[in-house]
Amino acid sequence: MGPTDAAIRPAGSARPLAWLRANFFGSIPSSLMSLALLAALAATLPDLVRWALVDSVWRTADPAVCRTAGGACWAVIGEKYRVMLFGTYPFDQHWRGYAMMAIVLTLVGVSTVRRLWSGALLIAWGVGLSAAMVLQFGGFAGLARVPTSLWGGLPLTLAIFLGTVLGGFPLAVLLALGRQSRLPVVRALSIGFIETVRGVPLVNILFVAALLFPLFMPAGVNFDKLLRAQVGMLIFFAAYTAESVRGGLQAVPHSQYEAADSLGVSYWERTLKIVLPQALRIAIPAVVNDVIRAFKNTSVLVIIGLLDLLGGTMAALEDPRWTRFYVEAYLFVAALYFLFCFSLSQYSQKLETEMKTGRNY
Amino acid sequence: MSLPDRGSQTGPSPRAGLAWVVHDTRVRDVVLQGLALAVVVGAIAFFVSNAAEALRVRGIASGFGYLSQEAGFGIGESLFLGFEPSDSYLRAFLVGLVNTLRVSLLAIVAATVLGFVLGIMRLSRNLGAAKLSAAYVELFRNTPQLLQIVFWYAVMTRLPGPRQAISPGGDVFVSNRGIKLPWPIADAAYAWAGAAFLVAILAAYLLRGWARARRARIGTAPPIGGACAALLLGLPVLAWALAGAPTALDRPALRGLNFVGGATLSPEFVALFLGLSLYTAAFIAEIVRGGIEAVHRGQVDAARSLGLRQAQIYRLVVIPQALRVMVPPAAGQYVSLAKSSSLAVAIGYPDLVNVSNTTLNQTGHVVEALLLMSLVYLAISFSIAAAMNLYNRLVAIKER
Repeated sequence: MGPTDAAIRPAGSARPLAWLRANFFGSIPSSLMSLALLAALAATLPDLVRWALVDSVWRTADPAVCRTAGGACWAVIGEKYRVMLFGTYPFDQHWRGYAMMAIVLTLVGVSTVRRLWSGALLIAWGVGLSAAMVLQFGGFAGLARVPTSLWGGLPLTLAIFLGTVLGGFPLAVLLALGRQSRLPVVRALSIGFIETVRGVPLVNILFVAALLFPLFMPAGVNFDKLLRAQVGMLIFFAAYTAESVRGGLQAVPHSQYEAADSLGVSYWERTLKIVLPQALRIAIPAVVNDVIRAFKNTSVLVIIGLLDLLGGTMAALEDPRWTRFYVEAYLFVAALYFLFCFSLSQYSQKLETEMKTGRNY
Repeated sequence: MSLPDRGSQTGPSPRAGLAWVVHDTRVRDVVLQGLALAVVVGAIAFFVSNAAEALRVRGIASGFGYLSQEAGFGIGESLFLGFEPSDSYLRAFLVGLVNTLRVSLLAIVAATVLGFVLGIMRLSRNLGAAKLSAAYVELFRNTPQLLQIVFWYAVMTRLPGPRQAISPGGDVFVSNRGIKLPWPIADAAYAWAGAAFLVAILAAYLLRGWARARRARIGTAPPIGGACAALLLGLPVLAWALAGAPTALDRPALRGLNFVGGATLSPEFVALFLGLSLYTAAFIAEIVRGGIEAVHRGQVDAARSLGLRQAQIYRLVVIPQALRVMVPPAAGQYVSLAKSSSLAVAIGYPDLVNVSNTTLNQTGHVVEALLLMSLVYLAISFSIAAAMNLYNRLVAIKER
C-alpha cells in the first residue's frame, strides 16, 4: 500500500471486475482489509437497518406504539419538531421563525456565489437582517412583541450565530492588527486578550458572561441574558478568528508594507487599502472554518440554560411520555447541523482552490 | 513580524501650539498607548469596584477562605482521592480536576490511535477503506461536539438494565449503569511493576543514547528496537512475578438489581470519553493525512531506490518527516480536547466545571470559583502547548 498513491480509477464502467480488483483487492493487505470491512458491515448493517427502517415507527401520537415496535421511533420528530425548532417561542407566532430562517438562509446561500459579491449584496444583508430582527423581536408593524427570554430553537441559534460572526469579525481584525502593531502596549494587550480567551473553554467564557457580567455592572444595570451570552460567543469567536486573520496578515509580502511606506501612506490608509484586502483574501478559507466552528459552538448555549436548537430538543424530550427517544431526536438535530456545516465546509474547500488559482500577485 | 519603524522620521517640529503632539510619531505613540492602557485599566477598575460593591450588598466576604469549608455535596466519581460530603471544597475541586485530567488523557490517547488509523486508511489504495475513513471524518467533524456527547449519553441510558446487561465476554458487562470490568485486587506487586516500568523507560533511553553515540563514532550500531521492547515489557512483568505474581481479580457480579465488585466506568464517563475521542479522532485523521501528504514524493522514491522495504520507508523516512508537520496542529487538538471536557457539565460528569458550578451556587463565591477554574484551564492549555513546543524543538530540522 503506497499512501501517496491515489486510488486508481476505472477508465469506464466497462470493466467492473478490473475496477474491483484495482481498488479493493490490489494486494494481499488490501484484500484482507476489504474482507475485514465486509465482515464488519455484515455484523452491524443488518441490525442497524432493522432498527432504523424495518422495526421503526414513522408516525404515531402514541409512544406505546414505539415501545412495542422495538425499532427507532422517528415519530418523536413529527410530534415534537415545533418545540425542537422554536423552543418556547409563542406557538401561534412560529411563522415568524420560519420567515426569519428563510431570510437568513437565503442570504447565506446567495452570499456563497462569488459573482454576487458586491455593494448590492451588503445592502441586501442590511435589509434582510433588519427584517429578520423585526420578525424575531416584534413590537413593530403590528407584530406582537416577543421578549428574548421566550426565544428558542433554530431562530435563536441563527440569531446568535449571525451576531457572533458579524460582530466578532471586526473585533478579530482589530485584535489581529493589534497583535502585529509596532506599539508594545497595544501588542501586549492584544496578545493577552487572545491567548487568555483561547486558553479557557467556551463553557468557561459563557459562565463568566452569564454570572460575572451582572456583577461587573453598576447596581441596577441589567443586561439581557441573551445579550450576555452573545457577548461571550462573540469574544470567543474573535479570539480564534484573530489568529486566522493574523495568518493572512503574515502572508502579505513585506514589500507591500515597504512600498506603501515609501509612498508616505498613513497607517490606516495602508492597512485598509493595501494590507487588509490582500490579507483577508488569503485568510478566507481559515475564517470560513472558524465560522463553521462558531455555528457548531452555538449548541453550548444550552449549558447556560438557553433553548437553542439543541436546548429546544432537550426541552422537548423532557415530556415523560417521549423521554425514551432522545437518540432519534438527536439524530434529527445532528442531520440539521450536518447539512449546514458540511455544505459550508465543502464551499470553503471550493473557495480555497479558486483563491489559489486566482491569485494575481 | 515587525513592521517598518516609521517612528524616527519626524523630530519635534518648531510649529507652535500642541500640533507637535499629533505630528511627532514618537510622542503620538506614547500618548496613544497611554490612552489605551488607561481605558483598559479604568474599565477593569470600574468592573472590580462594581463587583466588590455587589458582593458587599449581598453580604459575601470575598477571598478563598471558603475552600476549607465543608462541601456538603457528594461526587459520583472520585478516583484516587475519594470524596465524602464532609470533605472540603478544596478537595472537591481537586477531585473535579482529577476527573477532568482522567477523561482528557484517556480520550487523547484513544483519539490519537483512532485518528492515526483513520488517517492512514484515508490514504489507502483500498477504496473501501479510504471512503469509510472519509465518511467518518465528515460525519464527526460537521456535527457539534456537545451534541455527540449528549447523543452517546442518550445511547448509554437507553441500554438494557443490569439484569439484561450485554456481555461481550470475559466478565465485562455493559448496561445503563455503565460498563463493569474485572479489575485486579490492589497489591504491592503492581506498584513494583509500575516502578519497574519507569526504570525500563530510563534504561531504554540510555540504550538509545549509547546506540546513537556508537553510530556517530563508527557508522553502525546494532538495532535496539527489540531490546527496548523487551525492556519495557519484560522488566515490569519480572517485577510483578518477583513480588508474588498476584492474579486475583475483583469480578463484577449481579446482586439483586445492580452489580457489585469490579471496576466501573460510569455512563457519564463513557459518554464523555466517546464524545471527546471520536470527535477529535476525525481532526487527528485529517492532520495525519495532511502530514503524510506533505512528505515530498521524491523522499519515498529515493528511499525505494536505496532498497528500503515498504515498512522501513514508513518508519525511517515518511513518519519522521510527517510527524514534524503533524505535531503543532495535533497539539492544538489536544488542547481543545482538554478544554472540551468541560462540556461534561451537560451530562453531569463531575469535572472541574461541574464541581465549580456546584461550589459557586452553594457559597456564592462566583468570582473566586470562576477565577480558579479559568486559571486551571489556562495552566492545562499552556502546559500542553509548552510540552509540544519542547518536542517541536527536538524534532525540528537542525540547520548546521
